[in-house]
Amino acid sequence: MNKNIPASMDWPVLKQVRNRDVWGLGNSAASGRTETLAARTKTADRVVGSVCPYCAVGCAQLVYVKDERIIDIEGDPGSPISNGCLCPKGAATFQLVTGAHRLNRVLYRRPYGTEWEAIPLDRAMDMVAERVKKSRDENWEEKGKNNEPLHRTMSMAHLGGATLDNEENYLIKKLFTALGIVQIENQARI
Amino acid sequence: MGTSFGRGGATTFPADLQNSDVIVIEGSNMAECHPVAFRWIMKAREKGATLIHVDPRFTRTTAVSDIHVPIRAGTDIAFLGGIVKYIVDNDRYFKDYVVAYTNAPAIVSDEFQDTEDLDGLFSGWEAGQGKYSTKTWAYKGVDPEPASGVRESQAANEGVPIQRQPIQAKETDPTLQNPRCVFQILKRHYSRYTPEMVEETCGIPKALFLKVAETLCRNSGRERTGSFVYAVGWTQHTVGVQYIRTACIIQLLLGNIGRPGGGIMALRGHASIQGSTDIPTLYNLLPGYIPMPKAKHDKDLDTYLRLNQSPSGWWGEFPKYFVSLMKAWFGDKAQKDNDWCYDYLPTLTGDHSHMNTVVDMADGKLKGYFVMGENPVVGSMNGPLQRKGLRHLDWLVVRDFQLIETAEFWRDGPDIERGEIRPEEIGTEVFFFPAAAHTEKDGSFTNTQRLLQWHHKAVEPKGDNRSELDFVFKLGQRLKKLYENEYDQPRNWPIRDLTWDYPTHGTLQEPSAEAVLHEINGYTIAGRKPVEGFTWLKDDGTTACGCWIYSGSYRDGINQTARRKPYWEQNATALEWAWAWPSNRRVIYNRASADPQGKPWSGRKQLVWWDEARQKWTGDDVPDFIVDRPPWYRPSEDARGKDTISGADPFIMQSDGKGWLFAAAGLEDGPLPTHYEPEEGIVQNPLYGQQCNPSRMEWLRPDNPYHRPFNDPRFPYVATTYRLTEHHTAGGMSRWLSWLSELQPAMFCEVSPELAAECGLKNGGWATIRTMRAEIEARVLVTRRVRPLKIRGRIIHQIGLPYHWSSKGLVRGDAANDLIAFVGDPNVSIQESKAFTVSIEPGRYSRGRRTITSGPVVRTVPPGVEKRDLPAAQPKPEGAHGFKASETKEGNT
Repeated sequence: MNKNIPASMDWPVLKQVRNRDVWGLGNSAASGRTETLAARTKTADRVVGSVCPYCAVGCAQLVYVKDERIIDIEGDPGSPISNGCLCPKGAATFQLVTGAHRLNRVLYRRPYGTEWEAIPLDRAMDMVAERVKKSRDENWEEKGKNNEPLHRTMSMAHLGGATLDNEENYLIKKLFTALGIVQIENQARI
Repeated sequence: MGTSFGRGGATTFPADLQNSDVIVIEGSNMAECHPVAFRWIMKAREKGATLIHVDPRFTRTTAVSDIHVPIRAGTDIAFLGGIVKYIVDNDRYFKDYVVAYTNAPAIVSDEFQDTEDLDGLFSGWEAGQGKYSTKTWAYKGVDPEPASGVRESQAANEGVPIQRQPIQAKETDPTLQNPRCVFQILKRHYSRYTPEMVEETCGIPKALFLKVAETLCRNSGRERTGSFVYAVGWTQHTVGVQYIRTACIIQLLLGNIGRPGGGIMALRGHASIQGSTDIPTLYNLLPGYIPMPKAKHDKDLDTYLRLNQSPSGWWGEFPKYFVSLMKAWFGDKAQKDNDWCYDYLPTLTGDHSHMNTVVDMADGKLKGYFVMGENPVVGSMNGPLQRKGLRHLDWLVVRDFQLIETAEFWRDGPDIERGEIRPEEIGTEVFFFPAAAHTEKDGSFTNTQRLLQWHHKAVEPKGDNRSELDFVFKLGQRLKKLYENEYDQPRNWPIRDLTWDYPTHGTLQEPSAEAVLHEINGYTIAGRKPVEGFTWLKDDGTTACGCWIYSGSYRDGINQTARRKPYWEQNATALEWAWAWPSNRRVIYNRASADPQGKPWSGRKQLVWWDEARQKWTGDDVPDFIVDRPPWYRPSEDARGKDTISGADPFIMQSDGKGWLFAAAGLEDGPLPTHYEPEEGIVQNPLYGQQCNPSRMEWLRPDNPYHRPFNDPRFPYVATTYRLTEHHTAGGMSRWLSWLSELQPAMFCEVSPELAAECGLKNGGWATIRTMRAEIEARVLVTRRVRPLKIRGRIIHQIGLPYHWSSKGLVRGDAANDLIAFVGDPNVSIQESKAFTVSIEPGRYSRGRRTITSGPVVRTVPPGVEKRDLPAAQPKPEGAHGFKASETKEGNT
């Protein structure tokens, strides 16, 4: 901005003419306010390295956090995979993790019920553990017809894993196998 | 790929595609589904590479391709087999590579008979069993171990290195002239896959086919390399594994594996789908592709180890990995004198994969079900049957961000809308747990190129939101407590002895994901020091390791997966960005980038080579080879295990070190890929009397009806399903987001102008699409992107159906997967959703959507006379065909 130019001359069309910027894509698009603007990522308290949770390309992300809230998610330019790019889904990650669609209460639908009920997390965990134990105890298979070893229960199954972390899949496989559950599956079969 | 090369992962990484001279994308719409990785293909094109896209539809990928090859869905083996024939007939294969690195010279058993001899069956078909005995597919003079003939189906994920027997050819013919050598058998097998036959089967004009074949050959060999890219357009067929096998054969013949710009790039759809097979949430595997014990055969540890330890090749190390796994899981309790707690493991009695589980559920055999981060009611086949299964459970746990269709099946679905079932009649107890997002937890994803990348926790999860890590850890703690007074019973010992003491942190007392990674990496029992890699693991109980192929990911106590050195500070392989299995190798089998003497085949395509001065392998990538084994090393007669790998054998996971043109073991449905029509097709198989894959899995039950094999007058069109950039698979991560939903707001079907005219469909109007399983409605998109194909003088119409929508979320529509039947590939139990038949008519369904669980959708007519199988393959085991039911009563294996 040239301080010596009167405000009336700051009218964008005149600026374009003066700067010979026919399409208005150059400097004439800037205003005094422009110079005070900065990306909100600049004000972040910290930047955390992350990875896009959608497809398996594995584009790296940078998560910007301020006051313990996520304020933006961008592609990480250092990634040899993505060079900072994100696709439409990856670019929507911010809404995915901060959007109002996310529930944060445990819900319970009782048998033959017609509505959800909110119940405390700890109680729900206890209830699930009890049901696992009951299903396992009542449906244990020690040996098959021909005396072959089975050591298992076919009364429970698990589905899911391709959207989870390796560490999570590891604990799922470890715990459920120790419980004798064999029907453990995920999206890889789809 | 596991069978062909030894490991199930993609052989290369997307950024390496920029080194390709030709790229074939088939079974994938990469520009749409993996757009950021597609940039590397655009880079390759800028450097002069030719891009070929083979797809029934003209897509965003096609728009930037040099050559588009429209193909009838479900005929890829005919097309690729035609290319094999072109390469072989015209001597366009890379001879030095083929002779040295593949099993082309191996002589095959005299008893082997080809599909050419038996009209579409291989030798060894066991009528009544509904499957093959694979004995006759062996190399000549090589007796498979006695157990192998009876050994239960490995029905494994595609990536499993299955061959366990000492399969090394006794006789070879390096001149490739012996009529019983693999090369000549291959030549005969594809002798009728002529350009004319390709045109007749796939609808690809002869001139176009020849152009593709020639382009591929011209860009391969010593100086040039080409790559193949595929996704679920290949895997989701009743012969899906064999689709990929055909590409493997082409790539081996052209010398394109293990070299820069070569390889086969498998594009996977979920952030950690590769990880969830490596550390498997799959029924048939333990971490690191270690098979689950089978009840019938693996009666004790010795037998289990004997059957799984390969006398040759890398799998000779098997006991080290297994014992270390048991040490990781059961700690001090796992000792040599109690067989390392081997009998703590449950055993398999058949195929316990997803579709079988759902069928058992519908029959009331299951009590409880955990669903974590998956939406089977929308994403899996035959939605009506999936919902029926959930209705018959006692309890269901769903963990997700919001109430997905699977969580609300009890008040959402066609049967309920039509008033046939009321929520008050459904007894399933449902728990919904809100999940933490990836920004709210530490952990690693394994991407499509086998790369483990760490994501750090950025913020604390709100409310009841928790990670699966936390959920499973605390569930385990509760169960240990619940069983505290019942540890007198041996069946509860695995719970008592399970190592479950991960350190916790933070206000939520969450378990440390790094501590779990440390266990996965492996450590020495004395001192709990992280091991440097899987070569450190022992079978004497002095090491523990949760997943041997991930060993090295926590080397030196440093989280290697969290490394983020910018790409501009390192070479093109970017070895210091995150960590790839195995041992941070980026292009696997890269020993093949050098000739048998250890010198690069060409300066333009060099990657690793033998450094004579330092007496070791070196190069731009981590050598996928024993680093100090010289090229001239040859094993002695009595060598065992990894000592049998010669210095010139790049495929170290294979028992003979070779890339397999001919799969002498490890597959259920034949040693060579053969063209079979889909379960539901339009035309008769032009090549064989056998219409469909004889070993396919079928579920013959009233709630899973099939159409006629071909020419079903009720269902005259081919349909295929696909994805869009703006949505993610079953929609759980996209249909609830306004940013994405407004970009793709409604379910639609793509039809050609010709089909629209034939059926009276209007662009923007409604259509109802039916199968015997269900009917759905969709907006009509009339477009030239879908072209009718001419097959033997007949016009074949194809319909495209995205499958992202269902009844919940911001944007709604009917779920395409409701239309599809349970029918699967015999090797991996993956269903066939990329080719099936439908009917289509203008307008919406009149009143409430019909599905098979509430009676016939379409009037049944007497079954036609057309058969899917030859008489020899027709006898079926009770209730199924060629399919290993999950019954335990007869030990039906």
